[in-house]
Amino acid sequence: MTRLTIDPITRLEGHGKIEIFLDDHGDVERTYFQVPELRGFESFCVGRPVEEMPTLTNRICGVCPEAHHLAAAKAADAVYGVDPPRPAKLLRELLYCAFFVTDHTTHFYALGGPDVIVGPDAPIADRNILGVIRKVGLEFGSRVIETRRGGHRVIELIGGRRVHPCTSVPGGLTKGITPDERDEIEGIARSMLDFAGVSLDTFDRVMTDGPTRDLVLGDLFRHETYYAGLVDDEGRVALYDGRVRVVAPDGERLGTYAPAEYRDWIAEHVEPWTYLTFPYLRQIGWKGFVDGKDSGVYCVGPLGRLNTATGMATPRAQEAYERYFATLAPPVDGRRQLVHQRGASHWARLIEMLYAAERMLELLADPDITSDDVRTVTTQTPTEGVGTVEAPRGTLTHHYWTDERGILTKVNLIVGTTNNHAPIAMSIDRAARGLIRAGVVVDNGLLDRIEMAFRSYDPCFGCATHSLPGHMPLEVTIRNVQGDTIDVLRRDD
Amino acid sequence: MSANGRHRFAMYWAASCGGCDISVINLHDAILDLAEHFDIVFWPAIMDAKYADVEAMPDGSIDLTLFSGGIRNTENAELARLLRRKSNILVAFGSCATEGCIPGLANLTTTGALLDLVYEGPTMDNPDHVRPVSRTIVPEGELHLPALGALLQTLDQIVEVDYRVPGCPPETERIAEVLGLFDAALDGKATLPIRGSVLGAGHSTVCDECRRDRGIKHITQFTRLQELPPLDPGLCLLEQGIPCNGPATRDGCGAKCPLAGAPCIGCYGPADGVVDFGARLLSAFASVVDASEPAEIDRILDGLPDPVGQFYRFSLAGSLLRGSRAVRTSTAPAPAIQGAGR
Repeated sequence: MTRLTIDPITRLEGHGKIEIFLDDHGDVERTYFQVPELRGFESFCVGRPVEEMPTLTNRICGVCPEAHHLAAAKAADAVYGVDPPRPAKLLRELLYCAFFVTDHTTHFYALGGPDVIVGPDAPIADRNILGVIRKVGLEFGSRVIETRRGGHRVIELIGGRRVHPCTSVPGGLTKGITPDERDEIEGIARSMLDFAGVSLDTFDRVMTDGPTRDLVLGDLFRHETYYAGLVDDEGRVALYDGRVRVVAPDGERLGTYAPAEYRDWIAEHVEPWTYLTFPYLRQIGWKGFVDGKDSGVYCVGPLGRLNTATGMATPRAQEAYERYFATLAPPVDGRRQLVHQRGASHWARLIEMLYAAERMLELLADPDITSDDVRTVTTQTPTEGVGTVEAPRGTLTHHYWTDERGILTKVNLIVGTTNNHAPIAMSIDRAARGLIRAGVVVDNGLLDRIEMAFRSYDPCFGCATHSLPGHMPLEVTIRNVQGDTIDVLRRDD
Repeated sequence: MSANGRHRFAMYWAASCGGCDISVINLHDAILDLAEHFDIVFWPAIMDAKYADVEAMPDGSIDLTLFSGGIRNTENAELARLLRRKSNILVAFGSCATEGCIPGLANLTTTGALLDLVYEGPTMDNPDHVRPVSRTIVPEGELHLPALGALLQTLDQIVEVDYRVPGCPPETERIAEVLGLFDAALDGKATLPIRGSVLGAGHSTVCDECRRDRGIKHITQFTRLQELPPLDPGLCLLEQGIPCNGPATRDGCGAKCPLAGAPCIGCYGPADGVVDFGARLLSAFASVVDASEPAEIDRILDGLPDPVGQFYRFSLAGSLLRGSRAVRTSTAPAPAIQGAGR
């Protein structure tokens, strides 16, 4: 049997590693995706006061600290059984929507989007932010930078800092915003809304290219899995708060649950060859790395959210949502179909960007947004609580148990990218099988396809290892049966 | 220096969250200036990381390397040694590399106990008590994982470090100043401070740049923020009974957290002349406790529910408490800069 090792060039960074075993015919026997690192926040957060969790768990990930900050704050609210005042909830959601626009912008223009905008067949040297700027124009490139700058300004105004915000505490926030700050944020939000609209137009334009269309619509990374995501009372996509809905691959609704019930729905499978676990749907069961209705594997993130919801809560995003489904998954015999192509995540992400910008303006129009009433004093004895938000990369759950002083005795975390761990492994396997057949020479095309498989999920192994989304530089070592290296392929730039 | 006259720049993350890289990327359009003055030869966050290329570089050929993240496994340590060898100036960048940061709290337990908690968690379906191991036999062959070290270590516990930039993460404006200083120094137009110095921060404490009013502090009890009614927006948080780490923490961040109504958590590390952050903070707290009877002092200190977390939240791995470390102060001259002044 022949073994192929795909190690990040950064294998000494230990961010991710793929082992492909070939059978005697030279076909793929089995692919293993390994995450070789662990920091163990569940362990060393025990003993800490629960009010510190929003700032301690920020440090899980510098790319999406806002998601951990707010999931932790909501879990801490629940530990004390305290309901933050309405203005605090509006402000947290406002910060969160600004973060979503910022994070999705980073992914679409700098990380995963170049595959779509510049095209999957463009030279690898052009498939980066510089290639994107060449394609969309320098002026638009500077708007990408402006949007990120504006997003971080909003995060600083509400969260106190640009990276690792500090203002969310049990019961609400440590501060509100002034009318002047509200006006500044509104200016940023208007610019973000315009930017999101232009981004969707750009996507439409590049989608007319054959190779890009194939990448988005094609079946290379199509997996018929379950999907999960937060929805509001009317079943529409929710980012900061809601109930978790799960749908089957055929669109049938498996159920909707309150975040505190997550243990009845989600379990985690452990393998000895990777530090990252594989969550699955408890009532369906772990059947291995397979899709279909009998396998408990589920998918989260933009693709999962749009599939589980029945619409978007703002008008322009709703329009875009309808067009997305009409194009990618038109109804069959009047029955709603789901979008299973992983490449469609790029499109779904832009629809969410539009929604988040529209939602910012709704929140800013609320008179409560500048209220000083931003924190409710805790009065109950702390016990246990769950907090769930939709991180850009999927449903994020923090669960805390404390003693009567609010000191943590147990912590459980299920982060966005971890939910997608099994689907990511399956897409890698699909890429390997698609490109390695009966001794066909493995070339850099394999690396490209595997990178695209990663990037459509926008994986944030910052939450598990610490690689920025989509960046998984690769090197393939081909070894013969004796384990000798016979070739090394590297992604060239 | 590269043939085009630019200085050769590298940035690397070991066991980190990526926040340090985001803080550099948040230079926004000023990052184009960085690209004008520096050739970025290695930076996994924004470009393809070609580790083999780093190995192929002559020793000492990278003018400046910013190293973020702690040393959690042997792979992190190997990269630290490699980049030390290849870099003329190696900077411990951010709290993880300088002090261990939050992941350093793992040093309060053993690696085995840490794995037990993670893999026997409430949602784990793990009846056979499986743990990730460094070598697994699967039907198709053998799989390998790097083993975690016994402790999380700081960069200076592994290799010699030239300068330290504190912060979790370092604030973007401070990063701009530091890069400006190195750029000028590499051009021979500025002088670097002695090796081992802290850059990108002040020489005093967060209290000194906090705009909240300070009177004479007399604490009769520490209280947790969530139990108090709205705080006075203009008065020192410590005087309002909130344990704030400002008195022991180096300035340079702009006192952002206390000014946003949240206590300083100490991410900029110890102020000048402080060997051990926790010891200094303990003495700062003790000096404001308004009591003389031991029982009364005990009662007040009982208001701090997690002393080790309070005093060593960011600095445990680099502290005197566990693990050894090199002496941080040095009288050695600044590293020689090849071609400076030309």
